[in-house]
Amino acid sequence: MEKFDILESSMVPLTVENVDTDQIIPARFLKATDRNGFGKNLFRDWRYTADNQPKADFILNNPSFSGSILVAGNNFGCGSSREHAAWALADYGFKVVISSFFADIFRGNALNNGILPIQVTPDELKQLFEVIETNPGTKAKIDLEAQQLQVIGSNISVNFELNDYKKMCLINGYDDIDYLINQKEAIEAFEQNRS
Amino acid sequence: MKKTLFDKVWDSHVVSSVSNGPDILYIDKHLIHEVTSPQAFNVLEEKNIPLFRPNQVVATADHNVPTENQHLPIQDALSRKQVTQLTKNCESHGVTLYGLGHPYQGIVHVIGPELGITQPGMTMVCGDSHTSTHGAFGTIAFGIGTSQVAQVFASQCVLVGKPKSMRVSVSGDLHPDVQPKDVILYIISKLGTDAGTGHFVEFAGSVFEQMSMEGRMTVCNMSIEMGARGGMIAPDQITFDYVSGREFAPKGHELEQKIAYWKTLPTDKGASFDTEFEFDAADIRPMITYGTNPGMGIKIGESIPELDDASFIKSLNYMGLKAGTNMLNLPISHVFIGSCTNSRIEDFRAAASYVKGKQKSPSVSALIVPGSQQVAKQIVAEGLDRIFEEAGFVLRQPGCSACLAMNDDKIPAEAYCVSTSNRNFEGRQGQGARTLLASPVTAAAAAVAGKIIDVSHPNGKI
Ligand code: SF4
Repeated sequence: MEKFDILESSMVPLTVENVDTDQIIPARFLKATDRNGFGKNLFRDWRYTADNQPKADFILNNPSFSGSILVAGNNFGCGSSREHAAWALADYGFKVVISSFFADIFRGNALNNGILPIQVTPDELKQLFEVIETNPGTKAKIDLEAQQLQVIGSNISVNFELNDYKKMCLINGYDDIDYLINQKEAIEAFEQNRS
Repeated sequence: MKKTLFDKVWDSHVVSSVSNGPDILYIDKHLIHEVTSPQAFNVLEEKNIPLFRPNQVVATADHNVPTENQHLPIQDALSRKQVTQLTKNCESHGVTLYGLGHPYQGIVHVIGPELGITQPGMTMVCGDSHTSTHGAFGTIAFGIGTSQVAQVFASQCVLVGKPKSMRVSVSGDLHPDVQPKDVILYIISKLGTDAGTGHFVEFAGSVFEQMSMEGRMTVCNMSIEMGARGGMIAPDQITFDYVSGREFAPKGHELEQKIAYWKTLPTDKGASFDTEFEFDAADIRPMITYGTNPGMGIKIGESIPELDDASFIKSLNYMGLKAGTNMLNLPISHVFIGSCTNSRIEDFRAAASYVKGKQKSPSVSALIVPGSQQVAKQIVAEGLDRIFEEAGFVLRQPGCSACLAMNDDKIPAEAYCVSTSNRNFEGRQGQGARTLLASPVTAAAAAVAGKIIDVSHPNGKI
């Protein structure tokens, strides 16, 4: 997994609430047996018409907005456990998703793929949408070590939560699987004790 | 200290805790399927590590399989590749697979319980959010992403912070026409789709105590739709009777010992929950959803609320419905009775008892998709197949089918489909499809009438 320390980028505002994983990546694209290439179908049915023409009114098709930070409406990532949603976001180039609420499984999947989910208050989210929409190129700086999100050229600054373990994983680019494999003795001892 | 059912099962599975981080939770049973496992097997190969406990993994093919001609090679090349890949992966890692053609094949959350793989007090995971279904047995069961599937392959554990606890109690007598599906749709409509976030829910109260195991599975199945990681119901005699005698259930003396242990699992009197909700059973009536998330549900006949909210309006536009109107008599063209929420034998019995001697409306296509080969067999044994076929319903072979429309069972754009599945998201049942979630009886009644009717209303009983 890629290491994450400081990120400075412009933001893409997706004001829709309750964005579910079926919208992030529709089920018909889940037939792949590897994890690459999902970015081109990210938000497929909002991004393209049935005959594959880009829909001009969808935010990813609006040339004014770009960057590796997605700012999304409340309850982002609800629905299925498909990690393809996180793969699609990462493959498209998003490294951070900001919302006032994330579904549990999505949050875990994002973190396991080096995407940082930042939870802000509903008020902060509203302010973010306002500054981005008034000034589409607005950049934010995210400092993971300090757990701080700052909107450059504004007074918006948010200290976000993240547990120490996950923070350590992101900063060092560690995967949970390596951690667990190192625990094998303890796991075997646990199995012995309960039988 | 007084403990909840959830605490008891969780605490007995913690190998250790990462300081200021998650717990290492030991997993008893890991269920896998063709869609969310291939990339996890790839991780084992890339890292050159073995599958740690192959005997605790059970595989089936369900999400991406056709529901017709399952004896023939799968026509869609990508789907065929995915299913073949699962077979190869299971062979090379020593995992039991109930693939197409096997008498135990079916939707992963239907076969676990019916084979006795699911037992009280266990921890279970699967790369599928509706793993919550198994909580009906007093099991901690939750969906995981593919990275975690790989972690369980490698270590039989997941790293996960202990969720908060919530109790949702429903007491009193249910109206006779109210189904378990209506109970859970009602709860979600009251609490919303994010009420359960960060929580594990225990469903308690007389309504669940009296409910059959299959009904309890329907309820726990949709705990994810209220945002919870999972749902649970305390194991009791109904649970023990259901588990006893099943293929992989403990037998004889071992079963007696297990039952003695299972009896210690229910929440201690006076144990506390982080969040509690209570509902009166008498307030519940047959439900239907009108929007694009499962919280957007109303009693059939009630008016669609009027909300000045952009996401709400977007949702109604997608559905082609108007705030302030009601859904009674809304013409529908499709009915889907199936999915891990409602594809067990009781669901088909309930639907068939409504349909018996009636005809589906000529303007409706009605699809019946059993949850497993065993359910399919039982449908025939009880003669329900004839009832459905005589009424003009189409009976298919087991799989997830139109619940997520990965195969050919898709609902056309703008068509209304009354579905017994669990998600009414935009495009879930096919691009542009409009899903109305309901119980098997409401779905069957809509197929017959060609429109939405209220089966609990005297005029609804034709
Ligand atoms: S039936 Fe639907 S919800 Fe259930 S496992 Fe299959 S796709 Fe998921």
